[in-house]
Amino acid sequence: MTGPLEPPGVDATSAALAAIAQLVSEGGPIMFFQSGGCCDGSLPMCFRDGEFKVADRDVLLGVVGGAPFYIDHRQYEVWKNTRLELDVGAGEPEGFSLPAGRDHHFIVRSSVCEVRSPL
Amino acid sequence: MTELLVKDERAPFEEADNVKVFIAPGLDGSLVSLKARYDNFIDGTWVAPVKGEYMDDVSPVNGKAFCQVARSTKEDVELALDAAHRARQAWGETSLADRAKVLNKIADVMEANLTMLAVAESWENGKPVRETLAADLPLAIDHFRYFAGATRSLEGRSTEIDKETVAFHFHEPLGVVGQIIPFNFPLLMAAWKIAPALAAGNCTVVKPASPTPWSILKFAELLKGIVPDGVINVVTGPGAEIGKALATSPRIAKIGFTGETTTGRLIMQYAAENLIPSTVELGGKSPNIFFADVMNADDEFLDKAVEGLILYAFNKGEVCTCPSRALIQESIYDKFMERCLARIAQITQGNPLDTTTMIGPQVSTQQLEKIESYVKIGKEEGAEVLIGGEPQHVGGGFENGYYFQPTVLKGHNKMRVFQEEIFGPVLAVTTFKDEAEALEIANDSLYGLGAGVWTRDGNLAYRMGRGIQAGRVWTNCYHLYPAGAAFGGYKISGIGRENHQMMLEHYSQTKNLLVSYSTKPMGFF
Repeated sequence: MTGPLEPPGVDATSAALAAIAQLVSEGGPIMFFQSGGCCDGSLPMCFRDGEFKVADRDVLLGVVGGAPFYIDHRQYEVWKNTRLELDVGAGEPEGFSLPAGRDHHFIVRSSVCEVRSPL
Repeated sequence: MTELLVKDERAPFEEADNVKVFIAPGLDGSLVSLKARYDNFIDGTWVAPVKGEYMDDVSPVNGKAFCQVARSTKEDVELALDAAHRARQAWGETSLADRAKVLNKIADVMEANLTMLAVAESWENGKPVRETLAADLPLAIDHFRYFAGATRSLEGRSTEIDKETVAFHFHEPLGVVGQIIPFNFPLLMAAWKIAPALAAGNCTVVKPASPTPWSILKFAELLKGIVPDGVINVVTGPGAEIGKALATSPRIAKIGFTGETTTGRLIMQYAAENLIPSTVELGGKSPNIFFADVMNADDEFLDKAVEGLILYAFNKGEVCTCPSRALIQESIYDKFMERCLARIAQITQGNPLDTTTMIGPQVSTQQLEKIESYVKIGKEEGAEVLIGGEPQHVGGGFENGYYFQPTVLKGHNKMRVFQEEIFGPVLAVTTFKDEAEALEIANDSLYGLGAGVWTRDGNLAYRMGRGIQAGRVWTNCYHLYPAGAAFGGYKISGIGRENHQMMLEHYSQTKNLLVSYSTKPMGFF
């Protein structure tokens, strides 16, 4: 896989970092993969580390709270001019993602930035 | 059969000035009965979750929980798989005529309860009842009838290899399949998956979407005495727990999924681990292309084209094939958009149970927040807001509903709002110079699920239709979903097709009997 990026492509709020720490303490390391498409596409999906098979072409956007955060290489081309911030929102995840604590889910906020290149 | 049908009490309306408003489920006089709690539907009966946990089902109309459904675990998935496997052999050996009869009975009981199911789905999902009454339910009913007919025409083939050797090909059911349903059309997408699976002789374990489990349970309430026990099983709960348990089970022979791309990859990964087939439908960013000649006359067709653009707001934009990119030939852009924006300004939002409401609330706060964040990023990237752009505040008891204004953003195709599925009533609009540029922009997308082409020139429409890399190109129409028109994606929009009799092949094994009618040895040994 490609990356990581410099400066970091993903930041995390304190709420997201707390949720990550909680998940790790309950069941071990976790990972994130930025989704796209239908339904709850565009949300970051959180899995136990290794649950999701990362492909060689997937891009490592950064590491948050010790957890790697990946994106599909094709989607990266569209997202690379935006900086992501991982946060926590109310409500259970709608798809296969692990929750960010009871009744919460992970979200990303995007803001436009300079285009970065993977290292 | 008639006695099995639940009588349709024609809708009690609250009527005033020709406005029809259905009464919300659970309230006095509502068509829809409501229990405080719903268990899983397993083996033709209601089974409490093994661990005894339940979760709230929230209506997006007012943000309030209206019932609870089972928060199932993998143990419940196992119970459903047990039931499906018990039913498997008998259902697989049921004659095509009797399978068709069951599918027709499902259609009949849904039709007899059409209004009830339409109101239930509208309340749970937020989609306007005029859509569920006119589209979701009639299409779901017809889907069962279509596959009842299709299964009767299921034929094997035989080939005379040589004078004394014949290859016979039979369809055999796969067995037990897992099917994961999205939240945007809870009943229609369930019908799209269940009908072909049953028609081909399979039993199914269905996992409804987490935001919309109850509509399917209301459907399951109608199945007693119609569908043999264990043929259809419904288990509700979180995707990370039971979706995974179902998709990874070595006891399913196929997995069908509609949802986002990451889970699509995960589903295929699980299927690879078990060496079983999968069908994944993963969304799109469908271009809707308007050539200048649509404005050659001010007539009914132009009116149809204007409506065709505004169909991005159908089902509040929560459609995989939402025509969320409008490409308009620059010579007509100003005049055409002026008409469209005037029509968009007329869209009414409010109680989805009001038959005059055109857009209801988004399905969840998550979706609402996502839409807001996309409009924000669109503005940051330089898109111009032509209309809307904010959450909608609806009064009259719906202040806490998840409403968003129908929105149009003008920009260019490289912006994220042109490249990603927003799943809300947000249209990204841009212009093109000529046919070549229209095709280039249309295909400049990771996705390839749907597209629309609008022109009075049949040759141009044909060239565009064949040139666009998408599984469905609506030509001078949009958002029609008749059974019999194959639906599925190119590129990362997914793998496989639905909504067509070819699904019978996808839900069948091919058995070849290679038979020699010769008594002569081969002569090798």
